[in-house]
Amino acid sequence: MSLTKTDKALIAAIWAKVSTQADCIGTEALERLFISYPQTKTYFPHFDLHHGSAQLRGHGSKVIGAIGDAVKDIDNLESALSKLSELHAYILRVDPVNFKLLSHTILVTIAAHFPAEFTAEAHAAWDKFLSKVSAILTEKYR
Amino acid sequence: MVHLSGEEKGYINAIWSKVSIDQTGAEALGRLLIVYPWTSRFFDHFGDLSSAKSVMGNAKVQGHGAKVLTSFGDAVKNMDNLKGTFAKLSELHCDKLHVDPENFKLLGNILVICLAEHFGKEFTPEVQAAWQKLVAGVATALAHKYH
Repeated sequence: MSLTKTDKALIAAIWAKVSTQADCIGTEALERLFISYPQTKTYFPHFDLHHGSAQLRGHGSKVIGAIGDAVKDIDNLESALSKLSELHAYILRVDPVNFKLLSHTILVTIAAHFPAEFTAEAHAAWDKFLSKVSAILTEKYR
Repeated sequence: MVHLSGEEKGYINAIWSKVSIDQTGAEALGRLLIVYPWTSRFFDHFGDLSSAKSVMGNAKVQGHGAKVLTSFGDAVKNMDNLKGTFAKLSELHCDKLHVDPENFKLLGNILVICLAEHFGKEFTPEVQAAWQKLVAGVATALAHKYH
């Protein structure tokens, strides 16, 4: 499943909107993850995950920042995400199933904030993009 | 078996009472076909599904989407007995329609995204969580009679 020119344009257009509230979007996506899928909290025993927590905000910002970097280097995703791929494989070792869950809550958050822009085509492009990102992040697992 | 608290049922009912079933049903099925094009395997007889525009404008997609979401309404009315409510439909999806149950999960998540789009801020993380439980329960119930 590769990204077409149209996909890339749609991905960039949505990113332009997301980037205006990046930290808020990242934080909300994580909050949605932890509330809908409580098992994902097992990866953050060291965090205060309450609404408004500084750690949650910091981590949301980090995650969305990485996605932004991926968007900016969309023609070179493997190399752009190489360090993160190693981090997830050797240090974090988050079970691959969780990437789908976070991808879903990111899409839900974008849909809630930007309903007009989140057309079916944009939705499809972002679903593909996040699938690609997830695949690259789990590529070195074994 | 899905267990929804009184609070969660309240969240679900509050959203459901404001949903336009025809519109949201068409939207959800349309997005399923656009985001996951391989799901069109069940709808070869629907005609032109070749582009997002043709999918969303397709009268059969709209009609079927409305039908599916109307049926989903039974889930909302019977949250404590999803397996019983969907027993017959489960048999139908297995024996006659031959639908891989994975598709129920895909459609459930698409529905959640459509609701987020319509309700925005009102679709809080807590409201979403209740809906995720419900769509997962429906997916399980629809797969329950598979053999």
